[in-house]
Amino acid sequence: MSRPVTMHPLFQLLKVRVLEFARQPEAIFWVYVFPLIMVVALGLAFRSEPVESMAVDIQEGPEAQAIKQSLETDPRFRVTLSSEQEARRRLRVGKAELIVVADESADAKYRYLFDPTRPGSMLARNATDDVLQRAAGRVDVVATTDTEVRDPGSRYIDFLIPGLIGMGLMGGGMWGVGFAIVDMRIRQLLKRFLGTPMKKSHFLTAMMTSRLLFTVPEIVVLLVFSSLLFGVENLGSYGLVGLLVVLGGFEFAGIGLLVASRAKTLEAVSGLMNLVMIPMWIGSGIFFSPDRFPEMAQPFIRLLPLTPLISALRRVMLEGVGITAIGTEMGIILVWGVVTFALALRVFRWD
Amino acid sequence: MPYAIECRELTKTYPGNPPVEAVRGVDLLVEEGECFGVLGPNGAGKTTTIEILEGLLTATSGEARVLGHSWNSDGDAIRQQIGISLQETRLSEKLSVLETLRLFRSYYQDGITPEAAIRRVSLEEKADSWIKNLSGGQKQRVAVATALVGDPKLLFLDEPTTGLDPQSRRELWGIITDFRSKGGTILITTHYMDEAERLCDRVAIFDHGRILKLDTPRNLIAGLGADHMIDFQVRSEGDESLPDDYGADLPGVSAARRDAEHHCLSVAEPHVVIPALLSKLQTDGHELTSLSTRQATLEDVFVHLTGRRLDDEEDPS
Repeated sequence: MSRPVTMHPLFQLLKVRVLEFARQPEAIFWVYVFPLIMVVALGLAFRSEPVESMAVDIQEGPEAQAIKQSLETDPRFRVTLSSEQEARRRLRVGKAELIVVADESADAKYRYLFDPTRPGSMLARNATDDVLQRAAGRVDVVATTDTEVRDPGSRYIDFLIPGLIGMGLMGGGMWGVGFAIVDMRIRQLLKRFLGTPMKKSHFLTAMMTSRLLFTVPEIVVLLVFSSLLFGVENLGSYGLVGLLVVLGGFEFAGIGLLVASRAKTLEAVSGLMNLVMIPMWIGSGIFFSPDRFPEMAQPFIRLLPLTPLISALRRVMLEGVGITAIGTEMGIILVWGVVTFALALRVFRWD
Repeated sequence: MPYAIECRELTKTYPGNPPVEAVRGVDLLVEEGECFGVLGPNGAGKTTTIEILEGLLTATSGEARVLGHSWNSDGDAIRQQIGISLQETRLSEKLSVLETLRLFRSYYQDGITPEAAIRRVSLEEKADSWIKNLSGGQKQRVAVATALVGDPKLLFLDEPTTGLDPQSRRELWGIITDFRSKGGTILITTHYMDEAERLCDRVAIFDHGRILKLDTPRNLIAGLGADHMIDFQVRSEGDESLPDDYGADLPGVSAARRDAEHHCLSVAEPHVVIPALLSKLQTDGHELTSLSTRQATLEDVFVHLTGRRLDDEEDPS
């Protein structure tokens, strides 16, 4: 018996998912508006401006005034004269990057106090030393010229956007699928479905596919917005980014299905979700490169579901590589999606 | 005559310490076209039994055949031909009645149109309303419509009217009677006696995971040996209250019991017993504060069989 495609269970299941999603204003906010707020906030916080100023304290003493005059030839310095105690306090709390002390000892004229773990501190020390050396008569032996390079693609925001896309796919897939399923289980709706001829695979496929439908606009909005606001560009092909988004959406919908396949309460599923996501929040390179972790952790980090996704997105968007260069990453993503979906199909509980 | 439901020595034991024996050997034959009632207090094994017959649970032992198919080998064929309404299902709140029924209709190969299912439960005016804007009785009718939309031969209703107001209950009874008149078979669980008496051809009374008695409501009541009940109450003064079986020795009384403040006598002929009861009370010096007679009900059958009232809680399974 043939019937219109609109009466196919897969179509109907998909349709009600989309309707239910669209009828929940709060879901729209979390999926579409929240990631944008995140981009704006992080983009502003980490905007790559040239170093504007360096706070340098000069410890009060006979030579302090002279040092101050030398430093003030460079507008980047914000110079303060303070007592030894006050200067140390300001360095400790981060109000000063560097303390300059005119030393009376024989082997050094100036003494620099700074924190070598702070980039600003190191910068201030070197810049100050430069100025003071020149003021004392040092002559540069080689002529140099500076060319400033500020290409899109090399800034932090450029690095961040693929990370946020990955994060959105992870959160959206897992929360979207996982919560919806546990909610249906609590409402005994899954049990009711079990009493009909509905096919398990239709149901689970609809849950995953509907997730993809919600995700694609989310990513488009993110890309358009970051391009307009921060000039973030995609150096690679949009088709390839699209393919990665679909693969990633599939992967995390599968993981979400598996995590939710037995949980009976929203608390239980939240706990499991966090347990699964936290290693990826930290390790998979959303905000900083996973290369920073020790060598021995690398194999583990590289196999986490989110790492290959973000790394492939970065290579496409920032380096413009083609599909062959990211084959391994796509393979890992696909395996995660297929294996978790198949496992979920087996262990899924309806009541 | 083929059977719609056929099960033998059905048991269900939930593992645990100690294991819970929810169903302890149930034999059931339900004929096609019959409305069969399952009665019993909470925890008697009603829901477990019906969920095994619906294919939602697997029995620990015994066999369940539905519409000639076995759940072990032919589950899909059964699911195409049954409609179920669970004790507690919350349908998606932000879908309309019509959208919900279209979804359920899509699961079945054959069935009636979603619109026809809505007509069967008289919700035409609410077809486009979201589920969350319906009353409890209307939600329950939608739940029954989801069971009807696959045009089932057999309908399972698990406490369909629990918690509903009298008007909504009557509306549901109408839907059930209508399905029945079209030749459908129904298995219904309830703990409302009046519902069972009104709807069911036969009734099985469950207790502690077993069937205590199975017969037509009329025969069950007749089995009491007396189909009238006399309820009376006396002014109690201190410890002078009457013994629980007061009146049992009067001629024509087949059973006497006490139900809280009331004394109940099962009698065949009230007009013979009442004068005798009045004179006995007078002789014994008790002041009557109320007296009434009524037809015996399944409730009385249940109390007679178990010594407990139906709404007494059992430990839940």
